Amino acid sequence: MAAPLVLVVLVAVTVRAALYRSSLAAFISERVEVSSPLNAWKRVVEGLALLDLGVSPYSGAVFHETPLIIYLFHFLIEYAEMVFMVTDVLTAVALYLAIQDFNKVVFKKQKLLIELDKYAPDVAELIQTPMEMHYIPLKVALFYLLNPYTVMSCVAKCTCAINNTVIAFFILATIKGSAFLSAVFLALATYQSLYPLTLFAPALLYLLQRQFIPVKLKSKSFWLYTMQYAALYLCSLVVIICLSFFLLNSWDFIPSVYGFILSVPDLTPNIGLFWYFFAEMFEHFSLFFVCVFQINAFFYTIPLAIKLKEHPVFFLFVQIAIISIFKSYPTVGDVALYMAFLPLWSHLYRFLRNVFIPSCVLIVCSILFPVLWHLWIYAGSANSNFYYAITLTFNIGQIQLISDYFYAFLRREYYLSHGLHLTRQDGTEAMLVLK
Amino acid sequence: MVHGTNVYGILRAPRAASTEALVLSVPCSPGTHNNQAVGLMLALAAYFREQIYWAKDIIFLVTEHDLLGTEAWLEAYHDINLTEVQSSGTPGRAGAIQAAIALELSSDVVTSFDVAVEGLNGQLPNLDLLNLFHAFCQKNGLLCTIQGKLPRSDWESLPGYAHSLQTLALMVLAQASGRPRGDHGLFLRYRVQALTLRGINSFRQSKHGMAAVGRTLEGMFRKLNNLLERLHQSYFFYLLPSLSRFVSIGLYMPAFGFLLLVLVLKISFDSSFQPSSRSSNPPADPYHPSATSISPQEARPGLLVLVPPVLICEAAGLALYLLPVLGQQVATQHFPVSEAEAVVLTIIAIYVAGMALPHNTHRVLPGAGAARGWLALKLVALVALALVLMALALLNFSLGFLLAATMVPAAAAVQPNGPKVLLAAVLVLATPAVTLLLGIFLERELLEVPAGVGEGWQLFLAALGEGLLQHHLYGSCLYPLLALGVYPLWLLLWNVLFWK
Repeated sequence: MAAPLVLVVLVAVTVRAALYRSSLAAFISERVEVSSPLNAWKRVVEGLALLDLGVSPYSGAVFHETPLIIYLFHFLIEYAEMVFMVTDVLTAVALYLAIQDFNKVVFKKQKLLIELDKYAPDVAELIQTPMEMHYIPLKVALFYLLNPYTVMSCVAKCTCAINNTVIAFFILATIKGSAFLSAVFLALATYQSLYPLTLFAPALLYLLQRQFIPVKLKSKSFWLYTMQYAALYLCSLVVIICLSFFLLNSWDFIPSVYGFILSVPDLTPNIGLFWYFFAEMFEHFSLFFVCVFQINAFFYTIPLAIKLKEHPVFFLFVQIAIISIFKSYPTVGDVALYMAFLPLWSHLYRFLRNVFIPSCVLIVCSILFPVLWHLWIYAGSANSNFYYAITLTFNIGQIQLISDYFYAFLRREYYLSHGLHLTRQDGTEAMLVLK
Repeated sequence: MVHGTNVYGILRAPRAASTEALVLSVPCSPGTHNNQAVGLMLALAAYFREQIYWAKDIIFLVTEHDLLGTEAWLEAYHDINLTEVQSSGTPGRAGAIQAAIALELSSDVVTSFDVAVEGLNGQLPNLDLLNLFHAFCQKNGLLCTIQGKLPRSDWESLPGYAHSLQTLALMVLAQASGRPRGDHGLFLRYRVQALTLRGINSFRQSKHGMAAVGRTLEGMFRKLNNLLERLHQSYFFYLLPSLSRFVSIGLYMPAFGFLLLVLVLKISFDSSFQPSSRSSNPPADPYHPSATSISPQEARPGLLVLVPPVLICEAAGLALYLLPVLGQQVATQHFPVSEAEAVVLTIIAIYVAGMALPHNTHRVLPGAGAARGWLALKLVALVALALVLMALALLNFSLGFLLAATMVPAAAAVQPNGPKVLLAAVLVLATPAVTLLLGIFLERELLEVPAGVGEGWQLFLAALGEGLLQHHLYGSCLYPLLALGVYPLWLLLWNVLFWK
């Protein structure tokens, strides 16, 4: 399976190199859907220039990257394009290896449950076979590398590609079962953008499952492992933050990075939900609504953890999707990361209620984003309402897609344990609905 | 290489801060096309200089080579480089331009003023500017026309309807071509509301001399001078059946929406009839108990079958866009044709060659001889066509509507199993080149100067060359849209028609 992966990587690198040399590169890096105030390349260059002058890069509200990123590019600024192509390739390879391992785990678990007779007798067609799972890792890598969103994000040199790489390594470490590496990568991801904090729960549930520790609130081994993992995570986070302090000799980066992410002062339009609301809100209420919006971004972890505690990798997928919809400055690079996982759930296809409409909504909105931006900013015939309408529709399409997959997953689990042909108490055929 | 000189002068407002400006632009080209306007402009300048009520600076601009000179001046004034025109800087500036009027006069008495509104890429000025001019002319007893057609007072009768429909159709054709109808068309790109006024001298009783024309223009400039903000309150998207009536976007967009609905319904019926032709998931049904014997290799051609035809059609579109210009030098060296003829002949050659491309490229891949493969290709073409038309309708409604009206019925009806000759004829009639040809004939009919076949064909060739030229000169989007956006999709439908 290495040869097709190498071929896909070569094609992806060629496409990116060709786009870097064309005139589209400048056009793409200016698009607000691709680069946000948090991760635009112009701002990294600005921060590096300030650092070279000896001034703190955080003076002046332009630069919002973490000190580790400045130092990374301080040494690698000559090879910036190569760095971004390499990060994309690393993400794809990490996802490939992670999904390969995960497929083995799924298959073993399925075999165990079949031998324990936990499945209903007539569900033979729902069981996943190794033959159909054979090409899934390659498809995941393909979906990530050749997704137009990823390509645009790479060509614009947007640092969310680096965030995606760290999250991909975190997923690889979790699935391989190494708690230490998983905690370190999760700390790095949280350090860069705050929202991967919520990925702590699915990682913990996966590692507990791997150690065969049941998730019971009264069990001592559960609390012991949780404390261990949380301690690893918090310690690595503290170490990284202290390292950043020593790199730049000031705590300036905390309000500039985390204060910026949480308080959303910059209202440049993007594909998220925050900018329009706060552009037309009175000052008096903005604190309240900032709190409401941020709690909304973090809140879904709790009910999802309760419902999906047996299926932590699906929980991880839904959590990544929720981060990329509800974070304060989303870009299409974040959307590309969870879309890469869709081939993993291709066995849910028959339970999806409508996959045509959300995918059409996403494609139509992606085309309409630049058209309405042009009409608003350049032609002056439209205004911000038009652009926000497309933003809203895009996010609704994403939400429909994720909830469709969620429902399909739950349906499949129900059918697996209760059989495909459900009957009511009086013998007539029953149908499964979500209450 | 074309060189030119623009001349302009700025009248500074006596008590204002020079932050806003108005422009009176007069294109000056050799010949009698515009030989009175400069004189009138100088007279107006002398008159304006003595007044004290100006709150905005007035720029009097004389441009050479028509649109080229105007584009050069605008780029130099705004200090940007949008096109390949190079201009030396402007030594004097007057702040942000609020509005501009382009004047074309070829005789010293006029019977009517013809107003032109269509700008580059179908952009229109704010309707307020047009209403301003029309109301002022009515007050002064000056006759105004649009599209060269005299207004009728019996607009509720059947001949009146027909007349309004003709005017509307002329505006749709002009807007769809994306060509600026006058110098004002280039101002619109810089968010400056602008109009072109053409003095017409025809055989009528009431003629107005330069004094009346001058008074009208002075009144117009005083009205623009009194504006507190840029014109933005009225519609930017409208169609004009006559000068005193307009059709707003809320009325004409649903018509376009219904055309797109045909495509959407066709897409959803076809895709629900054939669930395995979904392009985002492998179509083979792996849940059947005997599926374990099917190798996964077969699951993949469902998507890969579509890739060769799509790639070839896109390559043909790219060739249509890039080759005429790149091959111009080669063609003029080896063939006895002029440069313009070389470009146009290359365009036609590539267009027709695309139709003759092999139609069974999908057979390269194993296991792809499915009889239903054409349905997936047709779905992809219909989805892409709906997307392109929708994006186009937002930017240039007339172009989107024309292409939708001609291509949607043919696209929905095409299939390889029906009467091939009839469907091929319908599809050829729907192709963008034939739409252009028929549009030229229709426009000449509506202007009451019907063109013969030979003349129409010459006009068609000239339009092809001009489309490409305007794309490279001013950034007009018609040629790239048709070559890269619509033509590959039409080729895909042609592929579907001849699917084996």
